[in-house]
Amino acid sequence: MTEHTENIIEVKNLVKKFGDFTANDSLTFSVKKGEIFGFLGANGAGKTTALKILSGLSLPTSGSVRVAGYNVYKDRDKVKKNIGYMSQKFSLYEDLTVKENIRFYGGIYGLSSKYIRQKTTELLKRLKMEDIKDKSIKSLPLGWKQKIAFSVAVFHEPKIVFLDEPTGGVDPITRRDFWEMIYEASHNGITVFVTTHYMDEAEYCDRVCIMERGKIEAIGAPTALKKEFNAQNMDEVFLKIAR
Amino acid sequence: MIMNDFAVEVNQLIKNYEKIEAVKGISFSVPKGELFGLIGPDGAGKTSIFRILTTLIYPTGGDAKIFGLDVVNDYRKIRSNMGYMPQRFSLYQDLSVKENLNFFATIFGTTIEENYDLIKDIYAQIEPFKHRLAGRLSGGMKQKLALSCALIHSPDILILDEPTTGVDAVSRKEFWEMLIRLKEKGITILVSTPYMDEANLCDRVALIQNGAILSIDQPEAIIQHFNRKLWAVKSGNMYQLIHDLKSMDTIDTVYPFGEYLHVTSKDEFIDKNKLESELHQKKHQNIEIHEISANIEDCFMELMN
Repeated sequence: MTEHTENIIEVKNLVKKFGDFTANDSLTFSVKKGEIFGFLGANGAGKTTALKILSGLSLPTSGSVRVAGYNVYKDRDKVKKNIGYMSQKFSLYEDLTVKENIRFYGGIYGLSSKYIRQKTTELLKRLKMEDIKDKSIKSLPLGWKQKIAFSVAVFHEPKIVFLDEPTGGVDPITRRDFWEMIYEASHNGITVFVTTHYMDEAEYCDRVCIMERGKIEAIGAPTALKKEFNAQNMDEVFLKIAR
Repeated sequence: MIMNDFAVEVNQLIKNYEKIEAVKGISFSVPKGELFGLIGPDGAGKTSIFRILTTLIYPTGGDAKIFGLDVVNDYRKIRSNMGYMPQRFSLYQDLSVKENLNFFATIFGTTIEENYDLIKDIYAQIEPFKHRLAGRLSGGMKQKLALSCALIHSPDILILDEPTTGVDAVSRKEFWEMLIRLKEKGITILVSTPYMDEANLCDRVALIQNGAILSIDQPEAIIQHFNRKLWAVKSGNMYQLIHDLKSMDTIDTVYPFGEYLHVTSKDEFIDKNKLESELHQKKHQNIEIHEISANIEDCFMELMN
Protein backbone atom coordinates (compact mmCIF):
# COMPACT_ATOMS: atom_id res chain seq x y z
CA MET A 1 0.00 0.00 0.00
CA THR A 2 0.97 3.64 0.07
CA GLU A 3 3.54 4.91 2.54
CA HIS A 4 2.16 5.67 5.96
CA THR A 5 4.24 7.55 8.46
CA GLU A 6 2.29 9.71 10.91
CA ASN A 7 0.45 7.89 13.72
CA ILE A 8 -3.23 8.81 13.80
CA ILE A 9 -4.14 6.46 16.64
CA GLU A 10 -1.79 5.81 19.55
CA VAL A 11 -2.79 3.45 22.32
CA LYS A 12 -0.53 2.64 25.27
CA ASN A 13 -1.42 0.19 28.03
CA LEU A 14 -5.14 0.71 27.56
CA VAL A 15 -7.13 -0.99 30.33
CA LYS A 16 -10.91 -1.04 30.60
CA LYS A 17 -12.57 -2.80 33.50
CA PHE A 18 -16.23 -3.40 34.24
CA GLY A 19 -16.21 -4.33 37.92
CA ASP A 20 -13.95 -7.38 38.24
CA PHE A 21 -14.06 -8.05 34.51
CA THR A 22 -11.16 -6.78 32.40
CA ALA A 23 -12.53 -6.19 28.89
CA ASN A 24 -9.33 -4.59 27.56
CA ASP A 25 -6.18 -5.84 29.21
CA SER A 26 -3.30 -3.44 28.57
CA LEU A 27 -3.59 -2.87 24.82
CA THR A 28 -0.72 -1.14 23.04
CA PHE A 29 -0.83 -0.42 19.32
CA SER A 30 -0.74 2.41 16.83
CA VAL A 31 -2.36 3.06 13.46
CA LYS A 32 -0.82 5.21 10.76
CA LYS A 33 -2.47 7.89 8.66
CA GLY A 34 -4.20 6.41 5.61
CA GLU A 35 -3.76 2.86 6.82
CA ILE A 36 -6.49 0.22 6.51
CA PHE A 37 -6.34 -1.40 9.92
CA GLY A 38 -8.31 -4.52 10.81
CA PHE A 39 -9.37 -5.09 14.40
CA LEU A 40 -10.31 -8.73 14.70
CA GLY A 41 -11.55 -11.12 17.32
CA ALA A 42 -14.39 -13.40 18.35
CA ASN A 43 -17.55 -12.07 19.97
CA GLY A 44 -16.61 -11.00 23.47
CA ALA A 45 -12.90 -10.55 22.72
CA GLY A 46 -13.10 -6.86 23.63
CA LYS A 47 -13.37 -5.22 20.19
CA THR A 48 -16.49 -3.20 20.89
CA THR A 49 -15.15 -1.95 24.23
CA ALA A 50 -11.99 -0.68 22.55
CA LEU A 51 -13.94 0.79 19.63
CA LYS A 52 -16.13 2.78 22.04
CA ILE A 53 -13.05 4.21 23.71
CA LEU A 54 -11.38 5.10 20.42
CA SER A 55 -14.51 6.87 19.23
CA GLY A 56 -14.88 8.92 22.40
CA LEU A 57 -18.01 7.17 23.67
CA SER A 58 -16.45 5.63 26.75
CA LEU A 59 -13.45 6.40 28.95
CA PRO A 60 -10.57 4.01 29.63
CA THR A 61 -9.94 2.79 33.18
CA SER A 62 -6.25 3.57 32.62
CA GLY A 63 -3.66 3.95 29.90
CA SER A 64 -3.10 6.61 27.28
CA VAL A 65 -5.16 6.89 24.11
CA ARG A 66 -4.71 9.53 21.42
CA VAL A 67 -7.04 9.62 18.42
CA ALA A 68 -6.56 12.07 15.54
CA GLY A 69 -4.14 13.98 17.73
CA TYR A 70 -6.54 14.33 20.67
CA ASN A 71 -6.49 12.84 24.13
CA VAL A 72 -9.64 10.78 24.71
CA TYR A 73 -9.83 11.76 28.38
CA LYS A 74 -9.87 15.51 27.76
CA ASP A 75 -10.99 16.10 24.20
CA ARG A 76 -13.74 13.60 23.51
CA ASP A 77 -15.78 16.13 21.54
CA LYS A 78 -12.85 16.85 19.26
CA VAL A 79 -12.26 13.13 18.80
CA LYS A 80 -15.90 12.70 17.76
CA LYS A 81 -15.70 15.54 15.24
CA ASN A 82 -12.70 14.00 13.56
CA ILE A 83 -14.02 10.50 13.09
CA GLY A 84 -16.74 8.85 11.05
CA TYR A 85 -18.62 5.67 11.95
CA MET A 86 -20.52 3.08 9.97
CA SER A 87 -21.99 -0.20 11.10
CA GLN A 88 -23.79 -2.80 9.08
CA LYS A 89 -26.71 -2.82 11.49
CA PHE A 90 -27.45 0.86 11.73
CA SER A 91 -26.15 3.80 9.82
CA LEU A 92 -28.95 5.42 7.86
CA TYR A 93 -32.53 6.43 8.60
CA GLU A 94 -34.68 4.07 6.57
CA ASP A 95 -37.63 6.49 6.35
CA LEU A 96 -35.56 9.40 5.12
CA THR A 97 -34.51 9.76 1.50
CA VAL A 98 -30.94 9.44 0.28
CA LYS A 99 -30.59 13.24 0.14
CA GLU A 100 -32.20 13.76 3.54
CA ASN A 101 -29.82 11.30 5.16
CA ILE A 102 -26.83 13.11 3.71
CA ARG A 103 -28.21 16.49 4.84
CA PHE A 104 -28.96 15.13 8.30
CA TYR A 105 -25.46 13.77 8.89
CA GLY A 106 -23.83 16.81 7.35
CA GLY A 107 -25.88 18.99 9.71
CA ILE A 108 -24.92 16.93 12.75
CA TYR A 109 -21.27 17.56 11.97
CA GLY A 110 -21.99 21.28 11.73
CA LEU A 111 -21.36 21.71 8.00
CA SER A 112 -23.03 24.72 6.35
CA SER A 113 -26.15 24.22 4.22
CA LYS A 114 -24.41 25.61 1.18
CA TYR A 115 -21.46 23.27 1.58
CA ILE A 116 -23.78 20.31 2.15
CA ARG A 117 -25.78 21.12 -1.01
CA GLN A 118 -22.70 21.46 -3.12
CA LYS A 119 -21.04 18.29 -1.83
CA THR A 120 -24.28 16.30 -2.05
CA THR A 121 -24.51 17.04 -5.77
CA GLU A 122 -20.93 15.91 -6.27
CA LEU A 123 -21.42 12.80 -4.20
CA LEU A 124 -24.63 11.71 -5.93
CA LYS A 125 -22.93 12.16 -9.27
CA ARG A 126 -19.92 10.12 -8.22
CA LEU A 127 -22.14 7.33 -6.86
CA LYS A 128 -24.30 7.52 -10.03
CA MET A 129 -27.31 7.91 -7.74
CA GLU A 130 -28.74 11.20 -9.00
CA ASP A 131 -31.94 9.46 -10.11
CA ILE A 132 -32.66 7.95 -6.72
CA LYS A 133 -31.81 10.91 -4.49
CA ASP A 134 -35.45 11.32 -3.41
CA LYS A 135 -36.10 7.64 -2.74
CA SER A 136 -36.35 6.41 0.81
CA ILE A 137 -33.43 4.34 2.04
CA LYS A 138 -35.67 1.38 2.82
CA SER A 139 -36.61 0.98 -0.85
CA LEU A 140 -32.97 0.47 -1.91
CA PRO A 141 -30.98 -2.76 -2.25
CA LEU A 142 -28.57 -3.57 0.58
CA GLY A 143 -25.49 -2.90 -1.54
CA TRP A 144 -26.63 0.63 -2.40
CA LYS A 145 -27.43 1.38 1.22
CA GLN A 146 -23.97 0.25 2.15
CA LYS A 147 -22.30 2.57 -0.36
CA ILE A 148 -24.43 5.49 0.81
CA ALA A 149 -23.71 4.67 4.46
CA PHE A 150 -19.99 4.71 3.81
CA SER A 151 -20.21 7.96 1.85
CA VAL A 152 -22.20 9.54 4.67
CA ALA A 153 -19.65 8.35 7.24
CA VAL A 154 -16.84 10.17 5.38
CA PHE A 155 -18.96 13.14 4.23
CA HIS A 156 -17.44 15.50 6.81
CA GLU A 157 -13.94 14.39 5.73
CA PRO A 158 -12.95 12.79 9.01
CA LYS A 159 -9.38 11.73 9.70
CA ILE A 160 -10.51 8.24 10.65
CA VAL A 161 -13.52 6.17 9.71
CA PHE A 162 -14.57 3.24 11.88
CA LEU A 163 -16.34 0.42 10.07
CA ASP A 164 -18.09 -2.10 12.27
CA GLU A 165 -18.52 -5.38 10.35
CA PRO A 166 -19.23 -3.55 7.14
CA THR A 167 -19.67 -6.11 4.38
CA GLY A 168 -21.64 -9.06 5.75
CA GLY A 169 -24.43 -10.39 3.57
CA VAL A 170 -23.90 -8.46 0.34
CA ASP A 171 -23.25 -10.13 -2.99
CA PRO A 172 -19.60 -10.65 -3.93
CA ILE A 173 -19.48 -7.98 -6.66
CA THR A 174 -21.07 -5.29 -4.47
CA ARG A 175 -18.64 -6.27 -1.78
CA ARG A 176 -15.72 -5.56 -4.15
CA ASP A 177 -17.22 -2.20 -5.10
CA PHE A 178 -17.31 -1.43 -1.41
CA TRP A 179 -13.66 -2.36 -0.87
CA GLU A 180 -12.73 -0.16 -3.81
CA MET A 181 -14.40 2.74 -1.98
CA ILE A 182 -12.34 1.88 1.09
CA TYR A 183 -9.12 1.82 -0.93
CA GLU A 184 -10.07 5.19 -2.37
CA ALA A 185 -10.66 6.67 1.09
CA SER A 186 -7.32 5.32 2.24
CA HIS A 187 -5.66 6.72 -0.89
CA ASN A 188 -7.10 10.14 0.04
CA GLY A 189 -5.48 9.91 3.45
CA ILE A 190 -8.45 8.75 5.52
CA THR A 191 -7.50 6.07 8.02
CA VAL A 192 -9.87 3.11 7.88
CA PHE A 193 -10.37 1.12 11.07
CA VAL A 194 -12.38 -2.05 10.43
CA THR A 195 -13.67 -4.25 13.23
CA THR A 196 -14.84 -7.65 12.11
CA HIS A 197 -14.95 -11.31 13.01
CA TYR A 198 -14.96 -12.33 9.36
CA MET A 199 -11.43 -13.33 8.62
CA ASP A 200 -11.71 -12.91 4.87
CA GLU A 201 -12.23 -9.18 5.43
CA ALA A 202 -8.92 -9.18 7.26
CA GLU A 203 -7.15 -10.11 4.04
CA TYR A 204 -7.93 -6.66 2.60
CA CYS A 205 -6.28 -4.73 5.42
CA ASP A 206 -2.77 -3.28 5.45
CA ARG A 207 -2.33 -4.51 8.99
CA VAL A 208 -4.51 -6.41 11.43
CA CYS A 209 -4.62 -6.85 15.16
CA ILE A 210 -6.17 -10.02 16.58
CA MET A 211 -7.83 -9.79 20.01
CA GLU A 212 -8.55 -12.72 22.25
CA ARG A 213 -9.97 -12.46 25.77
CA GLY A 214 -9.20 -8.77 26.10
CA LYS A 215 -5.60 -9.02 24.91
CA ILE A 216 -3.82 -8.47 21.61
CA GLU A 217 -2.56 -11.87 20.50
CA ALA A 218 -1.06 -10.90 17.16
CA ILE A 219 -0.48 -7.77 15.13
CA GLY A 220 0.98 -7.26 11.67
CA ALA A 221 0.39 -7.36 7.93
CA PRO A 222 -1.76 -10.32 6.80
CA THR A 223 1.14 -11.65 4.71
CA ALA A 224 3.49 -11.54 7.69
CA LEU A 225 0.98 -13.19 10.03
CA LYS A 226 0.26 -15.96 7.55
CA LYS A 227 3.97 -16.60 7.36
CA GLU A 228 4.46 -16.42 11.14
CA PHE A 229 1.65 -18.90 11.81
CA ASN A 230 2.41 -21.00 8.77
CA ALA A 231 -1.18 -20.58 7.55
CA GLN A 232 -2.84 -20.40 4.12
CA ASN A 233 -5.25 -17.64 5.08
CA MET A 234 -6.30 -15.42 7.96
CA ASP A 235 -8.99 -17.88 9.01
CA GLU A 236 -6.24 -20.41 9.79
CA VAL A 237 -4.19 -17.78 11.61
CA PHE A 238 -7.21 -17.01 13.77
CA LEU A 239 -7.93 -20.68 14.48
CA LYS A 240 -4.33 -21.24 15.53
CA ILE A 241 -4.45 -18.29 17.91
CA ALA A 242 -7.86 -19.09 19.35
CA ARG A 243 -7.28 -22.78 20.00
CA MET B 1 -34.06 -42.52 -9.71
CA ILE B 2 -37.47 -43.23 -8.25
CA MET B 3 -39.22 -40.44 -6.43
CA ASN B 4 -38.61 -41.86 -2.96
CA ASP B 5 -34.86 -41.42 -3.24
CA PHE B 6 -35.34 -37.70 -2.87
CA ALA B 7 -35.58 -35.94 0.44
CA VAL B 8 -36.54 -32.68 -1.24
CA GLU B 9 -38.10 -31.92 -4.62
CA VAL B 10 -38.77 -28.33 -5.58
CA ASN B 11 -40.60 -27.67 -8.81
CA GLN B 12 -41.00 -24.23 -10.41
CA LEU B 13 -41.33 -22.64 -7.00
CA ILE B 14 -42.48 -19.02 -6.91
CA LYS B 15 -42.90 -16.70 -3.94
CA ASN B 16 -44.10 -13.14 -4.30
CA TYR B 17 -44.55 -10.61 -1.53
CA GLU B 18 -46.92 -8.08 -3.10
CA LYS B 19 -44.85 -6.71 -5.98
CA ILE B 20 -41.57 -8.27 -4.91
CA GLU B 21 -40.65 -11.54 -6.60
CA ALA B 22 -38.53 -13.22 -3.93
CA VAL B 23 -38.37 -16.65 -5.58
CA LYS B 24 -38.68 -16.79 -9.36
CA GLY B 25 -39.58 -20.32 -10.46
CA ILE B 26 -36.81 -22.34 -8.85
CA SER B 27 -36.45 -26.11 -9.30
CA PHE B 28 -34.01 -28.47 -7.61
CA SER B 29 -33.96 -31.76 -5.79
CA VAL B 30 -31.89 -33.14 -2.96
CA PRO B 31 -31.24 -36.89 -2.64
CA LYS B 32 -31.62 -38.49 0.77
CA GLY B 33 -28.54 -38.18 2.94
CA GLU B 34 -27.04 -35.24 1.06
CA LEU B 35 -25.54 -32.12 2.62
CA PHE B 36 -26.93 -29.45 0.32
CA GLY B 37 -26.00 -25.77 0.46
CA LEU B 38 -27.95 -22.75 -0.69
CA ILE B 39 -25.28 -20.12 -1.18
CA GLY B 40 -26.10 -16.49 -1.84
CA PRO B 41 -26.23 -12.94 -0.47
CA ASP B 42 -29.00 -11.36 1.62
CA GLY B 43 -32.17 -10.97 -0.40
CA ALA B 44 -31.37 -13.87 -2.75
CA GLY B 45 -34.47 -15.80 -1.60
CA LYS B 46 -32.83 -18.38 0.68
CA THR B 47 -35.09 -17.79 3.67
CA SER B 48 -38.26 -17.75 1.55
CA ILE B 49 -37.37 -21.13 0.07
CA PHE B 50 -36.62 -22.57 3.51
CA ARG B 51 -39.84 -21.17 5.00
CA ILE B 52 -41.82 -22.85 2.23
CA LEU B 53 -39.96 -26.14 2.73
CA THR B 54 -40.57 -25.99 6.49
CA THR B 55 -44.33 -25.46 5.78
CA LEU B 56 -44.37 -22.06 7.46
CA ILE B 57 -45.49 -20.06 4.41
CA TYR B 58 -47.33 -21.00 1.22
CA PRO B 59 -45.69 -20.77 -2.16
CA THR B 60 -47.27 -18.34 -4.66
CA GLY B 61 -46.74 -20.89 -7.41
CA GLY B 62 -45.12 -24.27 -8.09
CA ASP B 63 -44.79 -26.98 -5.51
CA ALA B 64 -42.38 -28.63 -3.15
CA LYS B 65 -42.20 -32.07 -1.58
CA ILE B 66 -40.34 -33.39 1.44
CA PHE B 67 -39.88 -37.19 1.33
CA GLY B 68 -42.68 -37.23 -1.24
CA LEU B 69 -45.07 -35.26 0.99
CA ASP B 70 -46.54 -31.99 -0.26
CA VAL B 71 -45.55 -28.91 1.77
CA VAL B 72 -49.06 -27.45 1.60
CA ASN B 73 -51.28 -30.48 2.10
CA ASP B 74 -49.12 -32.73 4.25
CA TYR B 75 -47.59 -30.15 6.53
CA ARG B 76 -48.36 -32.03 9.74
CA LYS B 77 -46.53 -35.16 8.65
CA ILE B 78 -43.62 -33.14 7.35
CA ARG B 79 -43.21 -31.17 10.58
CA SER B 80 -42.95 -34.24 12.76
CA ASN B 81 -39.97 -35.46 10.77
CA MET B 82 -38.11 -32.19 10.24
CA GLY B 83 -35.70 -30.15 12.33
CA TYR B 84 -35.45 -26.43 11.61
CA MET B 85 -33.06 -23.76 12.81
CA PRO B 86 -34.32 -20.35 11.74
CA GLN B 87 -31.86 -17.57 11.14
CA ARG B 88 -32.67 -15.72 14.30
CA PHE B 89 -32.01 -17.42 17.62
CA SER B 90 -35.48 -18.73 18.29
CA LEU B 91 -35.22 -20.50 21.61
CA TYR B 92 -36.81 -19.25 24.79
CA GLN B 93 -34.31 -16.79 26.24
CA ASP B 94 -35.81 -16.95 29.72
CA LEU B 95 -35.81 -20.72 29.94
CA SER B 96 -32.66 -22.58 30.91
CA VAL B 97 -30.68 -24.72 28.49
CA LYS B 98 -32.26 -27.89 29.83
CA GLU B 99 -35.77 -26.41 29.96
CA ASN B 100 -35.54 -25.43 26.31
CA LEU B 101 -34.45 -28.89 25.30
CA ASN B 102 -37.15 -30.47 27.43
CA PHE B 103 -39.76 -28.18 25.91
CA PHE B 104 -38.87 -29.11 22.34
CA ALA B 105 -38.71 -32.82 23.23
CA THR B 106 -42.16 -32.62 24.83
CA ILE B 107 -43.91 -30.84 21.96
CA PHE B 108 -42.60 -33.52 19.61
CA GLY B 109 -43.87 -36.21 22.00
CA THR B 110 -40.48 -37.53 23.00
CA THR B 111 -37.96 -37.20 25.81
CA ILE B 112 -34.35 -36.06 26.06
CA GLU B 113 -33.37 -39.57 27.16
CA GLU B 114 -34.97 -41.27 24.16
CA ASN B 115 -32.80 -39.50 21.59
CA TYR B 116 -29.86 -38.56 23.74
CA ASP B 117 -27.42 -40.53 21.59
CA LEU B 118 -28.12 -38.33 18.59
CA ILE B 119 -27.45 -35.05 20.36
CA LYS B 120 -24.82 -36.33 22.80
CA ASP B 121 -21.78 -34.96 20.90
CA ILE B 122 -23.27 -31.51 20.63
CA TYR B 123 -25.21 -31.25 23.87
CA ALA B 124 -22.32 -32.55 26.00
CA GLN B 125 -20.47 -29.30 25.20
CA ILE B 126 -23.21 -27.15 26.74
CA GLU B 127 -24.42 -29.59 29.41
CA PRO B 128 -22.13 -28.06 32.07
CA PHE B 129 -24.26 -24.91 31.66
CA LYS B 130 -27.63 -26.67 31.57
CA HIS B 131 -29.12 -24.46 34.29
CA ARG B 132 -28.06 -21.22 32.60
CA LEU B 133 -30.75 -19.18 30.83
CA ALA B 134 -30.55 -19.51 27.06
CA GLY B 135 -30.43 -15.72 26.74
CA ARG B 136 -27.16 -15.67 28.67
CA LEU B 137 -25.25 -18.10 26.44
CA SER B 138 -22.45 -17.04 24.08
CA GLY B 139 -23.15 -17.11 20.33
CA GLY B 140 -21.45 -20.45 19.81
CA MET B 141 -23.28 -22.05 22.73
CA LYS B 142 -26.67 -20.71 21.59
CA GLN B 143 -26.04 -22.28 18.24
CA LYS B 144 -25.26 -25.66 19.83
CA LEU B 145 -28.42 -25.48 21.90
CA ALA B 146 -30.52 -24.54 18.86
CA LEU B 147 -29.09 -27.47 16.94
CA SER B 148 -29.75 -29.83 19.87
CA CYS B 149 -33.37 -28.62 20.01
CA ALA B 150 -33.77 -29.07 16.24
CA LEU B 151 -32.51 -32.65 16.55
CA ILE B 152 -34.26 -33.81 19.72
CA HIS B 153 -37.10 -35.60 17.89
CA SER B 154 -34.63 -37.43 15.65
CA PRO B 155 -35.77 -35.95 12.32
CA ASP B 156 -34.67 -37.36 8.97
CA ILE B 157 -34.09 -33.90 7.55
CA LEU B 158 -32.55 -30.76 9.01
CA ILE B 159 -33.07 -27.29 7.54
CA LEU B 160 -30.64 -24.67 8.82
CA ASP B 161 -31.07 -21.04 7.80
CA GLU B 162 -27.73 -19.21 7.95
CA PRO B 163 -26.56 -20.99 11.10
CA THR B 164 -23.06 -19.49 10.86
CA THR B 165 -23.95 -15.85 10.22
CA GLY B 166 -22.49 -13.65 12.94
CA VAL B 167 -20.53 -16.52 14.45
CA ASP B 168 -16.77 -16.35 14.96
CA ALA B 169 -14.32 -18.46 12.98
CA VAL B 170 -13.79 -21.07 15.70
CA SER B 171 -17.51 -21.67 16.32
CA ARG B 172 -18.10 -21.72 12.58
CA LYS B 173 -15.55 -24.49 12.11
CA GLU B 174 -16.96 -26.49 15.02
CA PHE B 175 -20.46 -26.11 13.63
CA TRP B 176 -19.50 -27.52 10.24
CA GLU B 177 -17.74 -30.43 11.95
CA MET B 178 -21.02 -31.18 13.76
CA LEU B 179 -22.98 -31.04 10.49
CA ILE B 180 -20.62 -33.47 8.82
CA ARG B 181 -21.01 -35.93 11.71
CA LEU B 182 -24.82 -35.64 11.47
CA LYS B 183 -24.67 -36.28 7.75
CA GLU B 184 -22.69 -39.46 8.47
CA LYS B 185 -25.68 -40.62 10.54
CA GLY B 186 -27.81 -40.43 7.38
CA ILE B 187 -29.63 -37.16 8.08
CA THR B 188 -30.36 -35.04 5.00
CA ILE B 189 -29.19 -31.48 5.62
CA LEU B 190 -30.11 -28.28 3.81
CA VAL B 191 -28.09 -25.31 4.91
CA SER B 192 -28.02 -21.73 3.66
CA THR B 193 -25.10 -19.34 3.95
CA PRO B 194 -23.82 -16.07 2.53
CA TYR B 195 -20.22 -17.29 2.99
CA MET B 196 -18.89 -18.57 -0.28
CA ASP B 197 -16.07 -20.49 1.39
CA GLU B 198 -18.59 -22.78 3.10
CA ALA B 199 -19.69 -24.13 -0.30
CA ASN B 200 -16.71 -26.47 -0.34
CA LEU B 201 -18.02 -28.25 2.75
CA CYS B 202 -21.27 -29.26 1.01
CA ASP B 203 -21.87 -32.27 -1.25
CA ARG B 204 -23.72 -30.05 -3.70
CA VAL B 205 -24.61 -26.39 -3.75
CA ALA B 206 -27.02 -24.05 -5.48
CA LEU B 207 -25.59 -20.58 -6.04
CA ILE B 208 -28.55 -18.25 -5.76
CA GLN B 209 -29.03 -14.57 -6.53
CA ASN B 210 -32.18 -12.42 -6.93
CA GLY B 211 -34.56 -15.35 -6.53
CA ALA B 212 -32.95 -17.49 -9.24
CA ILE B 213 -30.35 -20.26 -9.28
CA LEU B 214 -27.14 -19.30 -11.07
CA SER B 215 -25.65 -22.77 -10.93
CA ILE B 216 -26.28 -26.03 -9.14
CA ASP B 217 -23.68 -28.77 -8.85
CA GLN B 218 -20.90 -30.22 -6.75
CA PRO B 219 -18.58 -27.40 -5.66
CA GLU B 220 -15.63 -28.93 -7.57
CA ALA B 221 -17.75 -29.12 -10.73
CA ILE B 222 -18.78 -25.47 -10.45
CA ILE B 223 -15.14 -24.51 -10.16
CA GLN B 224 -14.23 -26.64 -13.20
CA HIS B 225 -16.76 -24.70 -15.24
CA PHE B 226 -14.76 -21.53 -14.75
CA ASN B 227 -13.12 -21.88 -18.13
CA ARG B 228 -10.89 -18.84 -18.40
CA LYS B 229 -7.53 -17.94 -17.01
CA LEU B 230 -7.48 -16.13 -13.73
CA TRP B 231 -4.62 -14.02 -12.42
CA ALA B 232 -3.79 -12.78 -8.97
CA VAL B 233 -2.06 -9.41 -9.24
CA LYS B 234 -0.55 -7.25 -6.55
CA SER B 235 1.61 -4.14 -6.32
CA GLY B 236 2.69 -1.57 -3.76
CA ASN B 237 -0.26 0.68 -4.59
CA MET B 238 -3.48 -1.30 -4.84
CA TYR B 239 -5.76 1.67 -5.40
CA GLN B 240 -3.74 2.81 -8.40
CA LEU B 241 -3.43 -0.78 -9.59
CA ILE B 242 -7.23 -1.19 -9.75
CA HIS B 243 -7.50 1.95 -11.88
CA ASP B 244 -4.59 1.10 -14.14
CA LEU B 245 -5.80 -2.44 -14.80
CA LYS B 246 -9.38 -1.31 -15.46
CA SER B 247 -8.12 1.20 -18.01
CA MET B 248 -6.32 -1.47 -20.07
CA ASP B 249 -8.13 -2.67 -23.20
CA THR B 250 -7.07 -6.26 -22.77
CA ILE B 251 -8.40 -6.58 -19.21
CA ASP B 252 -11.95 -7.74 -18.58
CA THR B 253 -12.69 -7.99 -14.84
CA VAL B 254 -10.73 -6.65 -11.86
CA TYR B 255 -11.90 -7.62 -8.39
CA PRO B 256 -10.17 -6.98 -5.07
CA PHE B 257 -9.59 -10.31 -3.32
CA GLY B 258 -7.82 -9.76 -0.03
CA GLU B 259 -4.26 -8.68 -0.64
CA TYR B 260 -4.48 -9.46 -4.38
CA LEU B 261 -6.68 -8.43 -7.28
CA HIS B 262 -8.28 -11.23 -9.29
CA VAL B 263 -8.06 -10.33 -12.95
CA THR B 264 -9.40 -11.84 -16.17
CA SER B 265 -8.60 -10.71 -19.68
CA LYS B 266 -10.81 -10.25 -22.72
CA ASP B 267 -8.78 -12.48 -24.99
CA GLU B 268 -7.96 -15.88 -23.64
CA PHE B 269 -4.59 -15.07 -22.15
CA ILE B 270 -2.67 -12.29 -20.56
CA ASP B 271 1.00 -12.28 -21.45
CA LYS B 272 2.43 -12.14 -17.97
CA ASN B 273 5.67 -10.42 -19.01
CA LYS B 274 3.86 -7.85 -21.10
CA LEU B 275 1.46 -7.05 -18.27
CA GLU B 276 4.33 -6.78 -15.86
CA SER B 277 6.23 -4.35 -18.08
CA GLU B 278 3.09 -2.27 -18.65
CA LEU B 279 2.63 -2.01 -14.90
CA HIS B 280 6.30 -1.11 -14.49
CA GLN B 281 5.83 1.70 -17.00
CA LYS B 282 2.99 2.98 -14.86
CA LYS B 283 5.45 3.15 -11.97
CA HIS B 284 4.16 0.19 -9.98
CA GLN B 285 6.60 -1.44 -7.61
CA ASN B 286 6.77 -4.87 -5.98
CA ILE B 287 4.57 -6.32 -8.72
CA GLU B 288 3.42 -9.90 -8.32
CA ILE B 289 1.45 -11.78 -10.98
CA HIS B 290 0.44 -15.42 -10.54
CA GLU B 291 -1.91 -17.60 -12.50
CA ILE B 292 -4.39 -19.11 -10.04
CA SER B 293 -7.37 -21.45 -10.06
CA ALA B 294 -10.79 -19.99 -9.38
CA ASN B 295 -12.66 -20.44 -6.13
CA ILE B 296 -16.43 -20.48 -5.63
CA GLU B 297 -16.56 -16.73 -5.16
CA ASP B 298 -14.83 -16.14 -8.51
CA CYS B 299 -17.40 -18.46 -10.10
CA PHE B 300 -20.27 -16.67 -8.40
CA MET B 301 -19.10 -13.31 -9.78
CA GLU B 302 -18.56 -14.77 -13.24
CA LEU B 303 -22.11 -16.14 -13.21
CA MET B 304 -23.52 -12.80 -12.04
CA ASN B 305 -22.13 -11.03 -15.10
